[in-house]
Amino acid sequence: MLFNLIRNRRYYFALSLLFILPGLLAMLYNVVATPSHTPWKLSVDFRPGSRFVLKFNSEASEDKIRAVFTQYGFNNPEISRLGAANENLWQVRTDVTEGDKVQQIRDTLSKSVAPLDEKQSSVESVSPKVASEVTRAAFQAVIAASLVVLFFIWWAFRKAPHAIRYSICAIIAMLHDVLIAAGMMALFGILFNWEVDALFLTAMLTLIGFSVQDTIVVYDRIRENLTRRRGEPFEQIVTRSMLETLHRSLAISLCNIFVMVALLLFGGASIQQFVAVMLIGLVSGTYSSIFNAVPLVVAWAERDFWGTKNKTALV
Amino acid sequence: MRERNLISLVIIIALSALSLYIALPVEKPDVIKSLAFWQDPRARDLQIKQGLDLKGGLQVLLTTSIESGQNITGTMETARNIIERRVNSLGTTEASVQLQGSDRILVELPGVNDRQLAIELIQKTGLLEFVDGGFSPPPDGTPISTTYSLYRGLQYPQTAAVGKAITDSGNITNTADLFQTAFTGEILENNAQPQANTGQFAVNFSIKPAAQKSFEEYTGKHIRQPLCMVLDGRVLSCPIIQGVLNSGGQITGRFTAEEARALAVTLNYGSLPIPMKIDTVRDIGATLGAESVRRSVIAGIIGLSVLALFLILYYRLPGLIGAFSLVAFALFSLALFVLMPITLTLPGIAGFLLSIATAVDANILVFERFKEELRGGRTLRGAVESAFNRAWSSIRDSNVSTLLTCVILFLFGNVFGASAVKGFAINLIMGIMMSLFVTMFVTRTLMRLAFYDAKPEMKENKVLLGI
Repeated sequence: MLFNLIRNRRYYFALSLLFILPGLLAMLYNVVATPSHTPWKLSVDFRPGSRFVLKFNSEASEDKIRAVFTQYGFNNPEISRLGAANENLWQVRTDVTEGDKVQQIRDTLSKSVAPLDEKQSSVESVSPKVASEVTRAAFQAVIAASLVVLFFIWWAFRKAPHAIRYSICAIIAMLHDVLIAAGMMALFGILFNWEVDALFLTAMLTLIGFSVQDTIVVYDRIRENLTRRRGEPFEQIVTRSMLETLHRSLAISLCNIFVMVALLLFGGASIQQFVAVMLIGLVSGTYSSIFNAVPLVVAWAERDFWGTKNKTALV
Repeated sequence: MRERNLISLVIIIALSALSLYIALPVEKPDVIKSLAFWQDPRARDLQIKQGLDLKGGLQVLLTTSIESGQNITGTMETARNIIERRVNSLGTTEASVQLQGSDRILVELPGVNDRQLAIELIQKTGLLEFVDGGFSPPPDGTPISTTYSLYRGLQYPQTAAVGKAITDSGNITNTADLFQTAFTGEILENNAQPQANTGQFAVNFSIKPAAQKSFEEYTGKHIRQPLCMVLDGRVLSCPIIQGVLNSGGQITGRFTAEEARALAVTLNYGSLPIPMKIDTVRDIGATLGAESVRRSVIAGIIGLSVLALFLILYYRLPGLIGAFSLVAFALFSLALFVLMPITLTLPGIAGFLLSIATAVDANILVFERFKEELRGGRTLRGAVESAFNRAWSSIRDSNVSTLLTCVILFLFGNVFGASAVKGFAINLIMGIMMSLFVTMFVTRTLMRLAFYDAKPEMKENKVLLGI
């Protein structure tokens, strides 16, 4: 009975693939089929241009807004509605706008579309140079974070045999979570026009931290049991450790979910996407540390990825 | 041992009460404010500071157009100082001007009212000239050509480096449209001051000693004629010379208070040592964030209440202790935000909420261990000690890995002006430290007090300890 838990790893891995694949396809679709050729819809943080958030005091129409922007020489502004219809909140994406033009555009919008509530409106402009540098730095940050975590686990488990296995399996589980969150974001980009911004990057980087944190707690127990139960088959030690930490994993996961769901339901539009990504990542992180990171270590020790051969290994 | 625990309990209660007072949004007496001596005196109000995204305001990222590869660190620092002085003159107390990387300056002005004015003030790189206005001075704002801008011609050359005398050289063709530059902004002491004169506003200025003789001569010759101040080839204002001036004077006109202040700033810090251009502008409406804050706070309270309820139902007495620790955690963190001070942004709030999750995690790790140790046959007292000792290695290792990620996030946010990322990282780092402190001090003290002298029968009490 105890053995089957890890033995059945092929089902856990298959479930992971089932969730990763749609996201991957969505990312692929975005790269091939969208004009920007990026895996996600990028916000102004990563794509040069200006983003106007316009709060009108009364009903506005897309055509009227478009007319104003065309008048100022923007050929194809991307205009979309934010929030509910009665909020009269609009977003307009254009090429980079000069500082003094912004106020003129706002004044004209106020006159010819509908009175603008400047206190609830915002404008952001990012130049091509900065946007590309931020994007590059984002990738560097993810890679740097992964490497640091990899070496940290290797070091923290240096007394356990084959410490490198733990750190590599933890990184694989982490990449699993990153892939799922990134893929879902691409999917939501297609479905709900969600854009990837600096906050999304924050969410991803936190996920990395939490995914690894979760994994380390289980590994820590394996490390402890390896010395306490010398001589038992590796798979049995791992299964035992997994069961012993299961309560904690589920409890903490539930606690996180309570906070996240509350934020998602009541937290307002500006952090909704961020929280949604975090929630997906946290669930995925809990799953991957129990059902990917741990069986993978066993699979490596037994040289049996799918758990189909009848093998046991000592450490 | 019992005594030590009681002392710890008193410390915890005192710290919590103090933190509650600091974190509450009430006006604090000046005596208490002055205790926070490390904070900037102008912004020392001991309140939670809200960032640009919550409070609204202006964020401007400036870059230099100088080719990279040159060593411009010192020059950038000077430019930053000048911009900071200009921005501070606007009267916003929470303005921040930071160097980013080697060639950028990030200016943040929370709650600034006149954005247009602020942008102009930041952007002015200019050359300030005093120009002979002739008999019909050009209106304010007109672009004009001056002898100095064309061929460094000055009526009163100040030094060998600044300007040469205007001669009747033949190389000037269209003299009708050309204004004669008398002086550059170099002759001014950098101490111009706006002043209120019975409802009108004026700007006082003074002249460097070396230039006072020339200034006296010029104003004597051109009395009752306009003297135009020209910045970057654009007329700022053309006051009439009312008398012979020597060491300084006063510019009067139909200024608003705002304009008088801006003019004084321009006179003082007219030019930057290096050309800067605006790269990124974020202009966030003043009430856009207020709603988000309100909703996030409500959401946070709901989420945390459910969480506390879960802890109590699942872990019983230890869960109740955990819920108390969480309240202490929240109070300590908020007080720290006020004391540091840390400016709260939307991602910052998210980081704070996530750090609560870390604190919960540490507590849960301990409680699970506690149950295991009890099941393993230890006494209540032994189980408390060994729960903390054995949970420590996983608490430590998992938090260190999150900390490492946070440090990378912080560095990333710092270098690239992604202040959202930076705010998030700072709050999470602080939260993790705080959660370690709260778990190992508050939770431990309360657990010891609850279980050290408990009767052995309590171990069988399912209501108090859960399953």
